[in-house]
Amino acid sequence: MSFYFAQFLTGLSSASSLFLVACGLSLIFGVTRVVNFAHGSFYMLGAYVAYSLVQVVPGSILGFWGSVLAAALIVALVGVLVEMLILKRIYNAPELYQLVATFGVVLLMQDAILLIFGGEDQFGPRAPGLDGVVRIFGEPIPEYDLLLIALGPIVLGVMWLLLNRTRWGILVRAATLDREMVAALGVNQSWLFTTVFFLGSFLAGLGGALQVPRVSINLLMDLSIIAEAFVVVVIGGMGSIPGAFIAALLIGELNAFGVLVLPQATIVLAFVVMAVVLVIRPYGLLGKAETLAHSAGQVELPIRPASTLAKSVAGLLLAGLVVMPFLAGEFAIVLATDVLIFALFAASLHFIMSNGGMVSFGHAAYFGLGAYGAAFVIKYAGGSMELALLAAPLMAAAGALVFGWFCVRLSGVYMAMLTLAAAQIVWSTAFQWQDLTGGDDGLLGIWPSEWAKSKTAYYYLALVLCGGGILAMRRMIFSPFGYTLRGGRDNPNRTESIGINLRHHQWAAFIVAGMFAGIAGGVYVFSKGSIFPDEAAIPRSVDALVMVLLGGVQTLSGPVVGAGVFRLLEDEISRLDYWRAILGAIIIAIVVIAPEGIAGFIKKIAIKAGFERNEEQSS
Amino acid sequence: MKILKYMAGCVLAAGVALTAIAAQAAEPIRIGEINSYSRLPAFLDPYKKGWELALEEVNAAGGIKGRPLEIIDRDDGGKPGNAVTIAEEMVSKEKVTLLTGTFLSNIGLAVTDFAKQNKVFFLAAEPLADAIVWKSGNRYTFRLRPSTTMQAAMLAKEAAKTGAKKWATVAPNYAYGKEAVAAFKKELTKLVPDAEFVEEQWPTVFKIDAGPVVRAVEAAKPDGIFNVTFGGDLAQFVREGNLRGTFENRTVVSLLSGEPEYLEPLKGEAPKGWIVTGYPQGAVDTPEHKAFFDAYMKKWGEAPKLGSIVGYNVIASLAALLNKADAYDTETLVDTMKGLEVMSPSGKFVFRAQDHQSTMGAWVGKTDVKDGAGVMVDWFYADGADYQPSDEDVKAMRPAD
Repeated sequence: MSFYFAQFLTGLSSASSLFLVACGLSLIFGVTRVVNFAHGSFYMLGAYVAYSLVQVVPGSILGFWGSVLAAALIVALVGVLVEMLILKRIYNAPELYQLVATFGVVLLMQDAILLIFGGEDQFGPRAPGLDGVVRIFGEPIPEYDLLLIALGPIVLGVMWLLLNRTRWGILVRAATLDREMVAALGVNQSWLFTTVFFLGSFLAGLGGALQVPRVSINLLMDLSIIAEAFVVVVIGGMGSIPGAFIAALLIGELNAFGVLVLPQATIVLAFVVMAVVLVIRPYGLLGKAETLAHSAGQVELPIRPASTLAKSVAGLLLAGLVVMPFLAGEFAIVLATDVLIFALFAASLHFIMSNGGMVSFGHAAYFGLGAYGAAFVIKYAGGSMELALLAAPLMAAAGALVFGWFCVRLSGVYMAMLTLAAAQIVWSTAFQWQDLTGGDDGLLGIWPSEWAKSKTAYYYLALVLCGGGILAMRRMIFSPFGYTLRGGRDNPNRTESIGINLRHHQWAAFIVAGMFAGIAGGVYVFSKGSIFPDEAAIPRSVDALVMVLLGGVQTLSGPVVGAGVFRLLEDEISRLDYWRAILGAIIIAIVVIAPEGIAGFIKKIAIKAGFERNEEQSS
Repeated sequence: MKILKYMAGCVLAAGVALTAIAAQAAEPIRIGEINSYSRLPAFLDPYKKGWELALEEVNAAGGIKGRPLEIIDRDDGGKPGNAVTIAEEMVSKEKVTLLTGTFLSNIGLAVTDFAKQNKVFFLAAEPLADAIVWKSGNRYTFRLRPSTTMQAAMLAKEAAKTGAKKWATVAPNYAYGKEAVAAFKKELTKLVPDAEFVEEQWPTVFKIDAGPVVRAVEAAKPDGIFNVTFGGDLAQFVREGNLRGTFENRTVVSLLSGEPEYLEPLKGEAPKGWIVTGYPQGAVDTPEHKAFFDAYMKKWGEAPKLGSIVGYNVIASLAALLNKADAYDTETLVDTMKGLEVMSPSGKFVFRAQDHQSTMGAWVGKTDVKDGAGVMVDWFYADGADYQPSDEDVKAMRPAD
């Protein structure tokens, strides 16, 4: 019995650590609606700064806690800097822009921390005065764990006081409920957001700094904490701090007892719990339904069939792609195959995002499912490439069928988070179900059939499948199905009121998008010869978002342009040192400077120059 | 018009002449090197410094048969898909003679498979997965560093001597951890038939929650613990275990933990008396190692790590190969590599003809703390040749070429 009690206490201390990080994230989201991927980077920065400061003032209790607080403050200032320089400019943009911008910050911070603190793992000293164990029912419990257990409720209490007993807190709560109204009442929102970012980043930094005596500090801390913190925030209800506390307890104890019962499925477990909670309580344990913004933001222009000019450009491009292998070298063909695959992948995400208004943060799930589906046919059924390429979309569509049913019941950022959970379930299953997927060692030897073995032949196969997929989706966009989807996106109530079952249409769109992403995954696996769980992981989902954004969300040709530019850019800059920082900076620059994307930018120029019709004038 | 033609002719002739001279003087031998530099700087910085030192030495000594050696290195960002694309580029655009590199097992395996499909010579430098030379082994792939099973076998032999019978294992929950535990169990039961495995813990890689793991191990009351966690997970495991006295009066056997990459970050908290594989750096006093150690210190101003030796040995192996081979087509290179002897700072090793694994060994010893830093004591060099499966076993595990 005492053993289980000790295990329970260990779970509590993990829960407290998790809560500190998650409550800052939840606070920031609640007020600013920013899904802040960089929160994990702030946490990592807090740990590194605190570690460095502790090295300077070793040994003393005051020195240690002074360092922790100073680190949290420094991180808070960095957070404010990020908010003022980057996020302030894009608050009115859809969630996607902010998410992608914060991912740019993640990349920047990774290289900045590597540059400043070096690449080696750092192992901080134990907290002075708290470096022993206390015997509870005869079981040794680290003193520092007890401190953390106490700290969770203390921070919760302080936050409660701040939010309920100060004017600032009242404004923050008001902004969480209805930020347009708060602005209309003359509250300086800009200032309010900055202070929220200060506090949120402070908590992330504090969370990181407090880990110095517990864990080794390394460059992988950021992404490993952020996935877990998202789970906590979503389970608790986005924006709800008591919710985050309960959710952190749940996840902390789940991990503590999970390793005893189901050690093989520890990663999957947390995401399954999150999915279950969202299905039962779509807005999390203590969350409230998203309040609709009063202004719907920018109204998108209706989509029109391509003009003659655009058609001829596309025709030329296609002709160029067909003759390309005769002119270019072998590696260019390989690269072009990659571009085609990612163009289809990005286009499938664009299909639900732009038409359906459904943002998916976990589109890699279907890419991965398609790739694994194809690989299974080769590995376990002894099938051919042709059969495998048929299985890829089926497997992905089946996944989208299941996940989509849950996802379309939600909207906005909740839906996005559920898609992320779905992708994490796919990824962790691929990672942990070693007998089926080979786990981290992946599945090897998945090469094309004899006739498609040459790079050129495979390129043409990819051109037919991916190009065909993109054109098929384009056709759907101009079909009644596409119009219905856009109707639902722009006004769900009116769409429902004319007798359309919007949810079914959205579900269908979700499956279609998953299916085409699956084709992309299938073509991808045969071009690389192997498949690993990474293909379903968060960075791959972010790749798709970046490609869509780079090309332009509101432009039909956007994803194709975006995929091309992104893939070629990545290939070019990954030759440089600190290329992640460069990529991050480019992503941020595009989000801030040219939110309409490259294709959108070209379209704008074309309209100005009179080559394309200006919708506003003609309507 | 005539003048123009004449001038063009001149330029052309001059160009041809220049190229001919350049080619005669020294057309470099190009080697493609792919690794996860940005993802794992702590391991790959020392590795890169190691191969840069070796490259400098080879070229200072006149290169390979009068031709300089050139390395084209690229970062794969830790993604297997990227590594394959880079491999394609190196082969088709950069026209490299052969490929080498990789650290993570999954990337090593992806390139192994690429080498087989495209008939390209590949020397896997660092990945440990057994599959690279056994299950997924192929004619075109060789591997330098001692594999998971080799190192587990070295440890099992020492573990058997301690007399511990009841064992608990702690390993990260992915392919590497599972392979290591399976190999250790197999080797230990060969030596100690009545050994019992009473507890298995599989913490998530890079996300260990060390408290519960340590408690579960303790609850099983084993005589010995076999640990496979590394990096940050190891640090946390050590700290929680030290705090709770889990390692007192128990034999602890730990894979790779004696490598400076893992031991140094632990500083004064490094465990004492663990049986580990690793690298005792400055303490190795063979003449060939001393020469390497001093040259490395002189060039980089820091002591080499295990990665540095691996990086150095990559170039040592490839230089030996290229010096010996009469031609640089892939098939000749593969045939020359089989049974190739290499002199290196870690001693002489051979690339086995039967499974393409090198017999480069590892240092086995005990951990201790001296002057606030973890070190290896009572160590010896375990020659990789002594920890190989029988030829029949290799035949059963490895697909025919």
